[in-house]
Amino acid sequence: MIGAESKEQYLAAFERWQSSGKANGPSWLNELRKAGISSFASLGFPTPKNEDWKYTNLEPLTSCRFAQANGEVKSFSEAEILTRAFVDPDCPRLVFLNGVYAPQLSSPRELSGGARAGSLAELIKRDDRLLSAQLGHYASHRRQSLVALNTAFIGDGAVVIVAPGCHLARPIYLVYLSGVAGQQLVSHPRTLIFLGAGSEAKIVESYIGVNGGTYFCNAVTELIGEADSLADHYRLQREGETAFHTGTLEANLGRGAHLTAHAITLSGSLVRNDVHVSLNGEDAECVLNGLYLAGGRQHVDNSTSIEHVKPRARSFELYKGILDGAAHGVFNGKIVVHKDAQKSDARQVNKNLLLSGNAAVNTKPQLEIYADDVKCSHGSTIGQMDADVLFYLRSRGLGLDEARSLLSFAFAADVVGRIKIDSLREKLDEYIVARFRRI
Amino acid sequence: MMMLDIRGLKAKAGNKEILRGIDLHVGAGEVHAIMGPNGSGKSTLAHVLSGRENYEVTGGEVTYKGKDLLAMSPEERAREGIFLAFQYPVEITGVSTTYFLKAALNAARKHRGLEELDAMDFLTLIKEKMKLVEMDQALVNRPLNEGFSGGEKKRNEILQMAVLDPTLALLDETDSGLDIDALRVVADGVNALRREDRAMIVITHYQRLLNYIVPDFIHVLYDGRIVKSGTKELAFELESKGYAWLKSGASAAL
Repeated sequence: MIGAESKEQYLAAFERWQSSGKANGPSWLNELRKAGISSFASLGFPTPKNEDWKYTNLEPLTSCRFAQANGEVKSFSEAEILTRAFVDPDCPRLVFLNGVYAPQLSSPRELSGGARAGSLAELIKRDDRLLSAQLGHYASHRRQSLVALNTAFIGDGAVVIVAPGCHLARPIYLVYLSGVAGQQLVSHPRTLIFLGAGSEAKIVESYIGVNGGTYFCNAVTELIGEADSLADHYRLQREGETAFHTGTLEANLGRGAHLTAHAITLSGSLVRNDVHVSLNGEDAECVLNGLYLAGGRQHVDNSTSIEHVKPRARSFELYKGILDGAAHGVFNGKIVVHKDAQKSDARQVNKNLLLSGNAAVNTKPQLEIYADDVKCSHGSTIGQMDADVLFYLRSRGLGLDEARSLLSFAFAADVVGRIKIDSLREKLDEYIVARFRRI
Repeated sequence: MMMLDIRGLKAKAGNKEILRGIDLHVGAGEVHAIMGPNGSGKSTLAHVLSGRENYEVTGGEVTYKGKDLLAMSPEERAREGIFLAFQYPVEITGVSTTYFLKAALNAARKHRGLEELDAMDFLTLIKEKMKLVEMDQALVNRPLNEGFSGGEKKRNEILQMAVLDPTLALLDETDSGLDIDALRVVADGVNALRREDRAMIVITHYQRLLNYIVPDFIHVLYDGRIVKSGTKELAFELESKGYAWLKSGASAAL
């Protein structure tokens, strides 16, 4: 009954937090938090008995005891953080340390045309109207227990609001830094991104470990794209080697809105990424672009679901994984086409490259189609490095390491190629080449 | 000067003995053609010389520029100047010819104690070599061999050979799948690369290629052995008689 015991520690932590008087905010928010904890109390942590968690066992996470993170800081270098998070130092950024906004590391800068970016805690203090109208309205605490847990502990995180018609030229970086050596901390960063009608923005969320420690980062992002908005969203995950990361992106797109959601997982011991996109307006479109690299005994689970709710919406999904050592990858791609969503176009591809005989992948497409005039396709592959190709490269003088590095780079190239922020793409390219040369 | 000295070379793939005692001596500047029917071991010989691990060498020795070739890894052989033009060049999505070839050339230069070429110098070099096989920039910027025609793939092999500047080139069925125009372009490229200090072994099933790349010596491989050697006139004999008469000759010689 480790799971039940573990659930109790979060319920007790919630009670302590509530009675300490630190869980401040307007009454609607406290109601939301209470609804969150009550959903979590009834749902508990998911187990492999749950179909959506069939291949991922959270036992290593639920058997750990964590203390609520509260902005703990240890010495670190700002340059190291920026490098590790692939941040362009000339762009606006918000940095969070163990769940709390760190103004000394942030550089929000002037945003043009009525766009705002700031800390959620600040907006809670001011009881910003947009918060009560949007926060918690999309990510369902009733059905997803990790969202429920995050919702219960909503305290800080990033809020980006882009006014209608506003085009942000430069990307905004949101950096969540976790972990302190020798401590076991848990944080629940909450991000809200709101794109008004016809607006455009590029937003990069990075989840980074720099100080070691076994920690648990349970993040939720809600992204609302109103009619004809254009969002380019990134979740880059470079947590510490012994870290647990669970992250949910809940996106809701209006008529003609477009979202490209990138999920790039480079480390972490046990990682679960959930992406839910609701194509809630006619002609809405999403591109899901995923890359996961895992080695050692890492476990990385990507679970995506796309709902075609209205007619003529399109979704294109490409997820690729490279797994080495005894790593375990999971891909679960669900596409639901609702009854009214005629002329939907949905395509899904998942490809995996296994570099070791001990690495494993479970890949599962799941299509539920209730409309009759739709185009839907899916495909998945699991393969090893082609011996003929490897020999070809070696016969040209490339060493085994270089050949493997080149082929891994080549395998990831189409996913990386979809990254529209040049500096981010170049940094990731360099990272991939260097990472596989060492193997 | 002796470039390549093969003595009694035997090799197996799985349990099947494919090379059953090959003797071949190739001097610098010489072009040797190896002909023979399908399954005689021609391609196996080329792959064994390049270090392909699918084959197990079970006997004999190979000396290349005075060194024990069989002790070297495939990449060491390449860096020491051996080049294999593949019968079936592989396609690699996600890596352009330019990127790949620069990495390969710099691996060899590093091995030889030379400074690595930067992007600009490499571009100048590859542009000059592209003329040799009439390839354009767009093709070398595309993913390696992906969607290339048969002719384009073979031209790409010769381009790589020109850039990597080997001392011993092994051309494995370079003529297969080529129409007459593509064959001429490829053969012209190869002829332009003939040099006093470079040897070539041209493997082909057909005499046709040898009209364009005229060898100094021809060897006929049958059932894992060289059963006949001669000068270029031997090719015409093979062309008119086919390989059938050799089979009886080979058995008679045994």
